[in-house]
Amino acid sequence: MMKRTLLIAAALLGLSAPAYAAGETPVPPQLSWSFQGPFGTFDRAQLQRGFKVYREVCASCHGLSYVAFRNLSQPGGPEFSEAQVRALAAEYQIQDGPNEAGDMFERPGRPADRFPSPFPNENAAAAANGGKAPPDLSLMPKARTYERGFPWFITDVFRQYSENGADYLVALLNGYTEPPAGFQVPEGGHYNAYFPGHIIAMPKPVSDGQVEYPKDANGQPQAPETVDQYARDLTAFLMWTAEPHLEARKRLGFQVMLFLIVLSVLLYFTKKKIWARVGGEVEGHATPPMTHNP
Amino acid sequence: MAETTTHVAEPTRRDFLFIATGAAAAVGGATLVWPFIQSLAPDAATVAAGAPVEVDLSPIAAGQIVKVFWRGKLIFVRNRTPEEIKAAEDVNLASLRDPQPDSARVKPDHAQWLVVYGNCTHLGCVPLGNQGEYNGWFCPCHGSVFDTSGRVRGGPAPINLPIPPYAFVSDTKIIIGQEEATA
Amino acid sequence: MSQYSTTYVPKSSFGKWFESRLPIASLVHSSFIAFPVPRNLTYFWTFGAILVFMLVAQIVTGVFLAMYYTPNAALAFQSVEHIMRDVNYGWLIRYLHANGASMFFVAVYIHIFRNFYYGSYKAPREVLYILGVIIFILMMATAFMGYVLPWGQMSFWGATVITNLFSALPVVGETIVSFLWGGYSVGNPTLNRFFSLHYLLPFMIFGVVILHVWALHVPGQNNPTGIPIKSGKDAVPFTPYATIKDIFAVVVFMIFFAYWVFYIPNYLGHADNYIPANPAVTPAHIVPEWYFLPFYAILRAIPDKLGGVIAMFSAILVWFLMPWLDTSKVRSTAYRPLYKQFFWVFVAVCILLGWLGAKPAEGWYVIVSQIATAYYFIHFLVILPVLGFVERPLPLPNSILESVMGVQKGGAGMPAGANAEPQSKG
Repeated sequence: MMKRTLLIAAALLGLSAPAYAAGETPVPPQLSWSFQGPFGTFDRAQLQRGFKVYREVCASCHGLSYVAFRNLSQPGGPEFSEAQVRALAAEYQIQDGPNEAGDMFERPGRPADRFPSPFPNENAAAAANGGKAPPDLSLMPKARTYERGFPWFITDVFRQYSENGADYLVALLNGYTEPPAGFQVPEGGHYNAYFPGHIIAMPKPVSDGQVEYPKDANGQPQAPETVDQYARDLTAFLMWTAEPHLEARKRLGFQVMLFLIVLSVLLYFTKKKIWARVGGEVEGHATPPMTHNP
Repeated sequence: MAETTTHVAEPTRRDFLFIATGAAAAVGGATLVWPFIQSLAPDAATVAAGAPVEVDLSPIAAGQIVKVFWRGKLIFVRNRTPEEIKAAEDVNLASLRDPQPDSARVKPDHAQWLVVYGNCTHLGCVPLGNQGEYNGWFCPCHGSVFDTSGRVRGGPAPINLPIPPYAFVSDTKIIIGQEEATA
Repeated sequence: MSQYSTTYVPKSSFGKWFESRLPIASLVHSSFIAFPVPRNLTYFWTFGAILVFMLVAQIVTGVFLAMYYTPNAALAFQSVEHIMRDVNYGWLIRYLHANGASMFFVAVYIHIFRNFYYGSYKAPREVLYILGVIIFILMMATAFMGYVLPWGQMSFWGATVITNLFSALPVVGETIVSFLWGGYSVGNPTLNRFFSLHYLLPFMIFGVVILHVWALHVPGQNNPTGIPIKSGKDAVPFTPYATIKDIFAVVVFMIFFAYWVFYIPNYLGHADNYIPANPAVTPAHIVPEWYFLPFYAILRAIPDKLGGVIAMFSAILVWFLMPWLDTSKVRSTAYRPLYKQFFWVFVAVCILLGWLGAKPAEGWYVIVSQIATAYYFIHFLVILPVLGFVERPLPLPNSILESVMGVQKGGAGMPAGANAEPQSKG
């Protein structure tokens, strides 16, 4: 709440000065993510739900071309079993070839294959979508952000805030609201509160209850079947597709930091010992007298 | 002798500090090298792409050799004629450089089909099929000679052409890269 | 302290044999072991060692990246993603290299401003300083071309904007630009040549660094008092004193470096660079890497194309003249009460320019940019020359030792005889 107030105050002072649409774009709310912070990890169940949302909602238009089926079973991701991945891959038809006759042919997917794109090429994708090709989603949370402004871009370093792209994507998916009175939405465009300029080519992609989530022991869905929850789960999944080694990175980072701190402490005392041979370390200069020579 | 007392200097705190610092730095330096060396190993995509490949045998005529690739490595699939099989089986094993009966180099009941890696065991050139003294393979680089079982019979090659892992899925289809026919 | 000998005497017979043929051991000994170092150096003097570490780190990570990267406009982006996803520890090597560039500039800017503050550019260190400016310019070229290689949106449009600077030149501009591009726009030939040069330039930097270190060892290091070593007691031998201090500083800097690499590896990059290059769409606003921002602000402050380009290049070229623009005989700002104030104003102006470089070039940002740009040049062209005449510096101490320890309290230093400015072993 406090943060929100500060952000609004900063926006009013023009400190955050967004480059888009004269400051009309609201700042996406900062959400709590399981993968944030120095010990953050992905929530496997959330990634699996997010993948379901991708498959059932996004995949008809958006590719995931840097991700291979095998990635879905690797450590640090949704961690589907290898059998699940083999079965899933086989559901897709992958173009292969040329065969001995020189023809391209289709075969069932294998874990080593990457997700096939929904369109054969960018022009076909644009032609089928009113002139604007739906972007590939593999890197989305790293490829989107919003203007942070002073002084937040400094505090972000200490908070390790790197979920700005994820926060923006959830805000965007929740941002399909009625345009304000008098706002002209052109043909083929859709109003979105968080999209820079507010006119987005993508229509509202998902509604409450559209994707069925796995049931828990009580027969209740694992998570609420709402647009907001879909957006969060999908974004978490996409964060993993964008940064598949995030968990390994943070884990290794902790080990490296710990080691370097120990080493630097050892070096500090070693340095002190060595400098003791010449009567200790002296640095800089004495404060000069504030008077001038005659 | 009486001089059993050794004057081992008590390690001072300074010595311990220097040793600990030096050891930590050495461990750190060695660990830093690890990811760089690891990056040289086959990457995840290459490993995954090494999945088994299927080969349809039906179009391969008797006496014909086809070349296929598995994990980027060349493999010969040879449909041997009865004479070639007989020649391969009738060899005195004691005369071979790398003694191996022909039956150990083919699958039971499929003696017709020989599947071997296609690079000479000398220095990796591709031997020419149906050539050489034994009408098996002849390597043009350094003159190694292989028989119709892919066994070395002359020249500098030290061992027979190795057999890749493969299995018969049916009489006319093999899968290269795994030993059981589950695919 | 007789354990330190100042001249190298080979002990083994092989050592003597080798020494008489290639005296590299005595060169290393005189430069990095016996070399007298002012005893009062602060941690600001460890950035030279930190920069050598960063240069080596960038070369090593870069050589490995080059094994997995494909310099082709159709494949470059994909190959970077291949490194990030499939190559074992590829993500680590790439994040080290990408953030390493920023760390390199953090260190070099501290090194440069330390030099400005303590007057290290003044006689007899002008050549040393000029070599340093050359290294900085080579670093900027290398960093710029490296940023193009992932072939994302910011790579492509950064390359387009920066190469177009040369089109401002009258008559030959367009020709130069088409030669830079190898085509009629930034494209595959541009990427290929940038890759080639990005691989070459670090080794040129390495060569100039050797000259820079050589030029350092002739007059010796400056120090916080700015006065030269007068006796052995003002100095300590490079090894172990400066060596251990440098190693400690490098490891502390590695902690700082590791923080970015492991926790916020994309903070210093641009989100747009995770979108593949698209010649049909320009990102909402094009911002260079942070270390170019002050110069970018100067470029945009001038409302004339050629004028902006000239101002931007002049902002660096004016550094070459600094040893002669500064007329003060006193090196260290510690004894220059007036200049000290102007120094910090100058630092503030540089930071302000950096901030403005990240802002859109519109409204009052432009006006502030113009004022800051004007001040930037006034600092070099007016304040530095005039201040040397009007300022009355504070009294300088008689020696480094006197300044830091007081005259009465002597300490052990270099062995007697290793006094004053070290000799060139050239």
